[in-house]
Amino acid sequence: MLLTAAFFWLFAIVTILSAIAVVTARNPVHSVLFLILAFVNAAGLFLLLGAEFLAMILVVVYVGAVAVLFLFVVMMLDVDFAELKKGMMATQPGLLVVGLAVAAVVVIELVMVMGGWLHLAQPLAVGGVPLSPGVSNTQALGLVLYTRYFYLFQAAGFVLLTAMIGAIVLTLRHKPEVKRQSIEEQNARTRSGAIEIVKVRSRTGVEGA
Amino acid sequence: MSSEFFTNIGLSHYLALAAVLFTIGMVGIILNRKNIIIILMSVELILLSVNINFVAFSSFLGDLTGQVFSLFILTVAAAEAAIGLAILVTYFRNRGTIAVEDINMMKG
Repeated sequence: MLLTAAFFWLFAIVTILSAIAVVTARNPVHSVLFLILAFVNAAGLFLLLGAEFLAMILVVVYVGAVAVLFLFVVMMLDVDFAELKKGMMATQPGLLVVGLAVAAVVVIELVMVMGGWLHLAQPLAVGGVPLSPGVSNTQALGLVLYTRYFYLFQAAGFVLLTAMIGAIVLTLRHKPEVKRQSIEEQNARTRSGAIEIVKVRSRTGVEGA
Repeated sequence: MSSEFFTNIGLSHYLALAAVLFTIGMVGIILNRKNIIIILMSVELILLSVNINFVAFSSFLGDLTGQVFSLFILTVAAAEAAIGLAILVTYFRNRGTIAVEDINMMKG
């Protein structure tokens, strides 16, 4: 129990500190790296909560795919980040005040919501899928994901398909100067269009024919 | 604060952590209004805090539904990041900048 608490504090504190570093870091590459740290620690928290499958998904999908995607974009786009950073605090010193004010409002609202929930006479019975003790987390998720939530699962697949097609359509471009294979053009070639028979007299080139 | 607070981790601890993460994400959007990449990362932080809420409730109420929903949130977040970054790359190719202030061609 004590060990669990120690790990909770470790993961929670590192998550929050790296989240703060994400939004305040000067270099966006550092921001992405801190985002990865935050996600890894959140995966640790999920492990403490007994959601092993989600923890692994978080590491694989977020650290392995999304964060690397961010890293690619940050490093590939030749953006003048110094220019972006410069105007932020210098021209608008009130921005931090606004940010902190919004933060205070959000925190107060969240505390009110949670306080209301915690003082409920009895927990809201959701009547969903009770956790069964003998089954591992992954197995339990699989049992319910492919039966009860099958249509939602398919819909999630379509969301990913749409995202894939959209990303390809948005970023694919054909440069005219790059030579590419065109199957249609190759198949449409005929003998008459491709070769020309030239009678070449001796001592003159093809030009002279 | 009693030592109970530090050793006995309950639902409130996770909810407070998620609230703090959510707030950091919101502040990040306001602080980095010019840099859309950081804004996207802040959105990811907000989604992470929502996921922590779902998983915490799922674990402490003994109901698996929260974890299933969290899985779907992860799916949508991944799709959103992919599309958002693709739009960003296309925009940068066309305009040579990604400053949020310059995105006003449609006079919105």
